[in-house]
Amino acid sequence: MATKLKAVDAVTIGVGWTGGIIAAELTKAGYHVVGLERGEYRNTDPDFEVPQIHDELAYAVRHKFMQDPAQDTYTFRNDARETALPIRYLSGFLPGTGLGGAGVHWNGQTWRFLPWDFETRSATIKRYGEAKLNGATSQDWGITYAELEPYFDKFEYMAGIAGKAGNIKGSIHPGGNPFEGPRSREYPNPPMKTSYAGMLTKEAAKKLGYHPFPQPSANVTRPYTNPDGAKFGACVYCGYCERFACEMFAKSSPQLAVLPVAMKTGRYELRTFCNVTRINLDSTGKRAVSVTYVDAQGREFEQPAEMIFLTSFILNNVRTLLVSNIGTRYDPQTGEGVVGRNYTYQMNTGGTYFFNKKVFNTFMGSGAMGVAIDEFNGDNFDHTNHDFIGGAYILVSTTGARPIQYHPVPPGTPHWGAQWKKQVVRYYNRAIGINASGGVQAYRHNYLDLDPTYRDAYGLPLLRITFDWGPHELNQSQFMATILRKIGHAMNADIVAVSPRTGHYNSTIYQSTHNIGGAIMGTDPKTSAVNKYLQSWDVHNLFVLGASAFPQNSGYNPTGTLCALAYWNTEHVIKRYIKNPGPMA
Amino acid sequence: MGELSRNAFLKLAGVAGTAGAVNNALGQPAPAEAAAKPPARELQAFTFLTPPEQRFVEAAIERLIPADSSGPGAREAGVAYYIDQQLRGAWGTGARQYRQGPWMAGTPEQGYQLNLIPQQVYRIGIAATNAHCRQAYGKTFDALSGAHQDDVLHGLESGKIALAEIPSKTFFSILLGNTIEGYFADPLYGGNRNMAGWRAVGFPGVAAAYAGVIEKYNVPYKVKPVSIADVEQGLDPDPGHAADEAHRQRIALMHARQQTEA
Ligand SMILES: Cc1cc2nc3c(=O)[nH]c(=O)nc-3n(C[C@H](O)[C@H](O)[C@H](O)COP(=O)(O)OP(=O)(O)OC[C@H]3O[C@@H](n4cnc5c(N)ncnc54)[C@H](O)[C@@H]3O)c2cc1C
Ligand code: SF4
Repeated sequence: MATKLKAVDAVTIGVGWTGGIIAAELTKAGYHVVGLERGEYRNTDPDFEVPQIHDELAYAVRHKFMQDPAQDTYTFRNDARETALPIRYLSGFLPGTGLGGAGVHWNGQTWRFLPWDFETRSATIKRYGEAKLNGATSQDWGITYAELEPYFDKFEYMAGIAGKAGNIKGSIHPGGNPFEGPRSREYPNPPMKTSYAGMLTKEAAKKLGYHPFPQPSANVTRPYTNPDGAKFGACVYCGYCERFACEMFAKSSPQLAVLPVAMKTGRYELRTFCNVTRINLDSTGKRAVSVTYVDAQGREFEQPAEMIFLTSFILNNVRTLLVSNIGTRYDPQTGEGVVGRNYTYQMNTGGTYFFNKKVFNTFMGSGAMGVAIDEFNGDNFDHTNHDFIGGAYILVSTTGARPIQYHPVPPGTPHWGAQWKKQVVRYYNRAIGINASGGVQAYRHNYLDLDPTYRDAYGLPLLRITFDWGPHELNQSQFMATILRKIGHAMNADIVAVSPRTGHYNSTIYQSTHNIGGAIMGTDPKTSAVNKYLQSWDVHNLFVLGASAFPQNSGYNPTGTLCALAYWNTEHVIKRYIKNPGPMA
Repeated sequence: MGELSRNAFLKLAGVAGTAGAVNNALGQPAPAEAAAKPPARELQAFTFLTPPEQRFVEAAIERLIPADSSGPGAREAGVAYYIDQQLRGAWGTGARQYRQGPWMAGTPEQGYQLNLIPQQVYRIGIAATNAHCRQAYGKTFDALSGAHQDDVLHGLESGKIALAEIPSKTFFSILLGNTIEGYFADPLYGGNRNMAGWRAVGFPGVAAAYAGVIEKYNVPYKVKPVSIADVEQGLDPDPGHAADEAHRQRIALMHARQQTEA
């Protein structure tokens, strides 16, 4: 029997980026919030301490900060005709667990989606005609870039993002990204330093007529205090960033930017090692009354709340909706239903440039330092003669060359033995990587549902992922490969090795933790699970945050946009919903 | 590039933690100053692999990463001990592996689907490979010539040699993966002895803070690498590392944040 606890104003299921933002905003406004986090408590001091935190094996290879598949994993298949099998070792994507979620071990590459991204469907039809969608079920978001701009701005100032504006209120600023949507002001912190690899990229891109700019970064570039008084240190380019936690208080995270603000109000209660198993509804099925969770001693609790925020990372969000029977399940046969609909991902096309006479010191770097071009992202270029929509941003980044995972060798090198070792030694410090981070369109047959066979440690069905690349992604990758080759040659690399992605999506190869969709936002309850305020169409006091809300994926990494949406959501909750609870759209 | 003394870094790293700060407040020496003792003896004992398995692993890893002019191979770098320690510990006993059935063969895109923990993969894989070698060459793997050992390893890698109880490709890819890990992981795990792997490629190790040097283009950054134990025990100070001032900043910020958060 679950022990029933005292009701609070709001509860967040999970305490990562979105749960942390909700906590800060609601407690500042005077409300009491309980944060339920399945993993451990952890903070910069003393958990992210040098030298232990610089342990490549423990963090990057054995995934110390990530979800433990022995407790909870996913089943996967490329196609609904196959039997989905459990991902027994998570490796293709690495959801976080513990306080701060994946916001602790992320890189900090912090983008605003392009205006086009929010209107993918209608803008494509308008410019190219409906046939151009070629089977994609991609949708408009129901919100525009202009509506979201103030919340992008708010997140960037709260998180201390470092960058160079390319478009301030419509006027183009040299050195920034000329393709970005108009922003209201400059970034709060100056851009990161430029590595040698970045310098060469900049020169090559300019030579080709592109507009290179520094990647926007949550690796904070100088001591900074955010508008709520939270303090940050400056990044030292330690090169142990992605998959690690920052020892310097410099990589923006929930612990740095928002949780201390919530704590200070005295209205925030954090409970760790509490795994939420379901959301409970009242007899009408239109209002959530509580969440059920299990603590580390196996005790079951029921936490009643006026408002419930599902902030447990996209995949876990969708699973909780499904096990709690909230919203109509998506059916790929009919294309109807909403929970599980439009699951997408990120299409990365990579390359390596090898140089015989240059030395890059690539072990120096940070998660988000890099030089990017945006000429081929979104609809920034004419797709009339291309067989895909959307695109990719192209980036040369220097994120830290830890040698277990980074030891590039030219194509044709054996995988081991004397020749392999020779080439590893020769090129370890003489190569740079380039990546085209591409969008992914939604298709009717890519979706999320509950697995009929496999269960997690709590006895709940695993989430089943059915996903494969579609024509837009595979064609995009071929095209991006041609651009990556061009840049490599413009850089005078001795060997340019670029391979477009072909074949099936492979769940064993790490290609980002940018899982997207499944509880998407929109203007029609028939085709979206939440409205433009991230409010469940079915259960009005339930808000579902995170990348689960994106109807399809942009070329950019998701966190800047999902955090902006969290600020947009809380503002509407505080200003409108709490005063007059009920559907907001 | 030599403006930063690693000595200073080691001291700062020593006092960065709460315990160090308290010690200092009590007027006791910081750990880094107190720790000028000789290096601890390396642990060299097998705890999981049987003697025939040890011989197999030592022979195989030396083919995978051989000694050459850039430095020792995997055997001399202690990678067999690394593998043994990994097998004995959490990873080898199936930590972080989803262990529920039913088990069935999947597609390559679905990944590992065996009802075996890594300890069992090695036990079965080595026995079956030795059985193959006895049949093909009349000797166990470790007694073969280098060329024949390479042939066998290629056969496992490509799947051409079929082992009875385990897909040979799976066994090989785990063996190769572990060998590379052991060659480059921090020496505290038993491999990368004397930081041989790091020295071979020029990786400076864990004392990493490069804000002052990252914009010096096309200049090799040459220092003796530093391991986790080096920093913890304050051993072997080698001026020249760029881990610096940053750590002073870190401590200042820690105090500032403690004040705001209180
Ligand atoms: C290695 C890596 C690198 C990345 N780099 C970037 C990048 O450079 N740029 C970018 O934009 N994005 C990046 N990301 C993605 C980014 O981390 C996520 O987009 C972001 O953290 C999502 O925020 P969230 O609040 O939705 O989820 P999270 O921050 O992951 O938080 C979810 C929390 O919910 C908890 N939880 C889950 N289920 C339950 C439950 N049932 N009960 C209780 N608690 C639960 C989890 O333990 C977790 O703490 C990266 C991710 C990874 C893994
Ligand atoms: S690279 Fe910078 S932001 Fe990343 S962990 Fe190191 S110091 Fe922190």
